[in-house]
Amino acid sequence: MFKKLATGAAFALAMIPAASYAAGGGEQHITDYAFSFEGPFGTYDRNQLQRGLQIYTEVCAACHGLKLVPIRTLSDEGGPQMPEDQVRAYAADNFSVYDPELDEDRPAKPVDFFPENNNAGAPDLSMMAKARAGFHGPYGLGLNQLFKGMGGAEYIASLLHGYTGETKEEAGTTFYQNTAFPGGWISMAPPLSDEQVEFADGHANDVEAMAQDVAAFLMWTAEPKMMARKQAGFVGVLFLTLLSVMLYLTNKRLWAPHKGKH
Amino acid sequence: MSGIPHDHYEPKTGAEKWLHSRLPIVGLIYDTIMIPTPKNLNWWWIWGIVLAFCLALQIVTGIVLVMHYTPHVDLAFASIEHIMRDVNGGHMLRYLHMNGASLFFVAVYIHIFRGLYYGSYKAPREITWIVGMLIYLMMMGTAFMGYVLPWGQMSFWGATVITGLFGAIPFIGESIQTWLLGGPAVDNATLNRFFSLHYLLPFVIAALVIVHIWAFHTTGNNNPTGVDVRKGSKEEAKKDTLPFWPYFVIKDFLGLAVVLVVFWAIVGFMPNYLGHPDNYIEANPLVTPAHIVPEWYFLPFYAILRAFTSEVWVVQFASFVTGGIVDAKFFGVIAMFGAILAMALAPWLDTSNVRSGRYRPMFKWWFALLVVDFFALMWLGAMPAEEPYASFSLIASAYWFGYFFVILPLLGVIEKPLAQPATIEEDFDAHYGKKASADATPAE
Repeated sequence: MFKKLATGAAFALAMIPAASYAAGGGEQHITDYAFSFEGPFGTYDRNQLQRGLQIYTEVCAACHGLKLVPIRTLSDEGGPQMPEDQVRAYAADNFSVYDPELDEDRPAKPVDFFPENNNAGAPDLSMMAKARAGFHGPYGLGLNQLFKGMGGAEYIASLLHGYTGETKEEAGTTFYQNTAFPGGWISMAPPLSDEQVEFADGHANDVEAMAQDVAAFLMWTAEPKMMARKQAGFVGVLFLTLLSVMLYLTNKRLWAPHKGKH
Repeated sequence: MSGIPHDHYEPKTGAEKWLHSRLPIVGLIYDTIMIPTPKNLNWWWIWGIVLAFCLALQIVTGIVLVMHYTPHVDLAFASIEHIMRDVNGGHMLRYLHMNGASLFFVAVYIHIFRGLYYGSYKAPREITWIVGMLIYLMMMGTAFMGYVLPWGQMSFWGATVITGLFGAIPFIGESIQTWLLGGPAVDNATLNRFFSLHYLLPFVIAALVIVHIWAFHTTGNNNPTGVDVRKGSKEEAKKDTLPFWPYFVIKDFLGLAVVLVVFWAIVGFMPNYLGHPDNYIEANPLVTPAHIVPEWYFLPFYAILRAFTSEVWVVQFASFVTGGIVDAKFFGVIAMFGAILAMALAPWLDTSNVRSGRYRPMFKWWFALLVVDFFALMWLGAMPAEEPYASFSLIASAYWFGYFFVILPLLGVIEKPLAQPATIEEDFDAHYGKKASADATPAE
């Protein structure tokens, strides 16, 4: 009886987080892109992260900040992994920060953070890929986190090319219809257009390709240690399984003299 | 320490005798880990070790996290990201601590329901049960305050909603709420005191755990049959029991290791599964999230809290009788704490003199329904406060109270229990067969 209950209980438990998201509802359409970093063994695609950084710098950075991300981490393992001199040049060329010691702005250095940007009232993007759940399947079980992540990157990519072209004006603000945005109308104008960013390696630069690249980059800014974490997860599961087997054998042998045979 | 007769520590060498006559600490440790334990304990008895592990895990990871965390409204959110990005192994520490809380509650709920099924709360283990309930309450407080520390949107709004419950207390509620928050709203003062208490309470829990263990070491463990260990002589007791070390230590560690495989996979591969995306948005008092949902382990009681709206006749009756002092909000708060109190009172509400649910044919089904009810409440707690969920919540809440206040007292009177084994040895042998050596006298 207790065993049957337990099985039922485990199933019911799996439903709970699903329920808490289902409450968020709406008729959003999120495309389930196959990102390289999904699943227990998924890794970031270094080239994709670098392309994403370029798109962020040339497009998104005009309005959005990344204030929680130190620029130096661009050369960290498991990220875009740019050479340190390149990172130094990137920081100095693209951003300037206020230095309280000099009491004036100076070119950014790798030790600085990406600057905050509140110009257009746009949200900071550092954690965006973890602050949005794109989907919660299959069948609302939420277990796809194990295989796909929770869809934050999918949400961002879907949003960036989810514009229908319709606009409406309300209280002096223009809203753009977007199939991925909750409620359907967003105040951000379509940020990407085909061939807007030129990649050094000539990679595809249509809106959908760029949307995925920048979404992957923002997944990295939100979870920069993902690859280290998965590795620790894999090693831990392996050793704990081994430990379980050894304890099973120990336990069996220990108890054997006290148990008769049927 | 135990009421079961067994061998005690005898100091042999001069040094041992010298220490023993001054501080019998070795004897205390020996008697604690060599305690005679019913040999028929099944796998539902491993969760105590899992809970002890969780407490240690949370304290150790927590102490290290504190070294890098800043309890200030302007800095807390960023300091968590500092831990996630810059501290060596910080992302693992933080995810272990986050998910460790969930493992803690999975374990405590299984542990509690095990006690409810096998009648572990019944005489003479009432004190063990009550102390356990106190530990559970402390855990809820600690987990709630811990969830506030990252200062995300759910942290802030969860704190606002839950402390608001105290505001529902008639006359003095608002003063209590202000006193708890350290001001009119959730702010820096709140964050600081929650941080302080989040650090303190685990040590109070640790002390209560010692009392919990002390209490059941005095009465001896319950077991799946609920039949008492024979205490007439050492020889008799030995037929029913085996020493905790090594038999149950190894068995419990095996259970713990298997549980940890699953735990570690969740931490490594889907650490945000049980969290809420909104908590990765920094707290903003000006923006209320669309749905404020507590952590999963609070959902059953959160559902009970919300079930009693002003449309429910019991609530209207209570309001009428008290001249409006008990309104719907306060009634909900009473119901929520009452639901936990009902569990704590189980030793006195259960009138059956049979401990184990195994030998109670009617009880089994009502208990199964209680487990279903618990999960139904958990699901309903996550749903929006609208129909049909509101009606379901009310039915599910009613069953929770009905189980403890009506069914448990009645069953003891009307139920015909099945035959119980005479001894633990008999039950053990029925499962595993008699020992080949057959040095024990037959139980029949």
